[in-house]
Amino acid sequence: MAKPKLAIYWSAACGGCDVAILDTNEKILDIANLCDIVLWPIAMDFKYHHIREMKDKSIDLCLFNGAVRNTEQEELAKLLREKSKILVAFGACACLGGIPALANFTTRDEILQRAYIEIPSNNNGQKTLPQLKTKVAEGELELPELFDTVKTLAQVVPVEYFVPGCPPPVDLILKLVDLYATNKLPPSGAIIASDKTCCDECDRIKEEKKVKKFYRPHEIITDPKKCLLEQGIICCGPATRGGCGMRCIKANMPCRGCFGPPEGVADQGAKMLSAIASIYQGETPEEINKMLEEVVDPAGTFYRFGMADSMLKRKRLQKS
Amino acid sequence: MSFEPKIVGILCNWCSYTGADLAGTSRKKYLPNVRIVRVMCSGRVEPTFILKAFEQGADGVLVCGCHPGDCHYQDGNKKTARRMPLLKKMLAQFGIEDERVRLEWISASEGDRFAAIVNEMTEQVRKLGPFSGNGGGANG
Repeated sequence: MAKPKLAIYWSAACGGCDVAILDTNEKILDIANLCDIVLWPIAMDFKYHHIREMKDKSIDLCLFNGAVRNTEQEELAKLLREKSKILVAFGACACLGGIPALANFTTRDEILQRAYIEIPSNNNGQKTLPQLKTKVAEGELELPELFDTVKTLAQVVPVEYFVPGCPPPVDLILKLVDLYATNKLPPSGAIIASDKTCCDECDRIKEEKKVKKFYRPHEIITDPKKCLLEQGIICCGPATRGGCGMRCIKANMPCRGCFGPPEGVADQGAKMLSAIASIYQGETPEEINKMLEEVVDPAGTFYRFGMADSMLKRKRLQKS
Repeated sequence: MSFEPKIVGILCNWCSYTGADLAGTSRKKYLPNVRIVRVMCSGRVEPTFILKAFEQGADGVLVCGCHPGDCHYQDGNKKTARRMPLLKKMLAQFGIEDERVRLEWISASEGDRFAAIVNEMTEQVRKLGPFSGNGGGANG
């Protein structure tokens, strides 16, 4: 029997998800034994035309990491959807938009202006901006077009499974491979992670959640045994799905929400905002103002990974 | 046709809804742009509700609860008093104007005030125009 075909693709991502696959260490050899890898831009030399020449649904499993924010990524998402039996949104960016989706607080023009014109370290005296088409002696060159709005993979094409995390932890990657290899994959649409919240799985001592002041992580030395939220660090654990293995908490850093909203939560940021305001101790206008000052960047904090997947999705493009 | 704003009013059962009721029974006239939803306490109003209202086409959201100290559940409205300013700070980052979300304390006897607030907010939102969704152009 021919080996199943595996494709791994990256779009708007940092490469960390690909490295997480390599972090399976010697198990990567099992994956390579189990599957034929047909596309993996970070590690192997395949070209897009190799994929285009394949028959539809001839890739058995496709791990797609990264958000979709330009025409090339959108085209590849659609192509890989056509060619794949099972398409997995792999990592926080593909599932939720991730860090790239913070760009939804700006527009394409603002991004290009900042990156190519305003940045002080640029040497761009002629104010050159990327052009979609450029004529050179050898012919016409084409660049993909950047979108105003960063999207999740599922906002572009239908997706079978979601493996969240920034990056997905090794045990979840192996769980996915194991479920696939043993033909025990859950119904389509499932999120391969825990059904509990991050808070639920955290083993720090939790007492009463009453906070008089919020600190940023660099402003306080915390007790490594006690709940970070109770010590005044904004930890997104209450509004974040578990299954991550508490990597941040064990490093004494608060949860930042990379696993997205837990079961039954429509909007991760709104839920987190609600929790933060509820546990703060203060009733007078002065005390409430103090809270507003301490929560420096609410949108960026509560939607750090979930902006593209949130209800509002982006900053309003045009004021009515 | 002139623009008629859609305003979702989320009112607590004990004070504000009764206040709105009083406005009606005392035959106060106020603009019909507000659609009232009754909740047991303004503390029940999750920020998600307000985002959902905008997502579903509301142009403004008015949340009303008992005056501080009058909450039927002791401290429900105190939580609302902290949530709404934080939500408004966040909505400003999303480019949503301050006047589109409003928190007011209205007691059961303040029918007049409820009518005045609805009128005032309707006119403010009318000036802002419809709440456009967040969809981008052809390129998303």
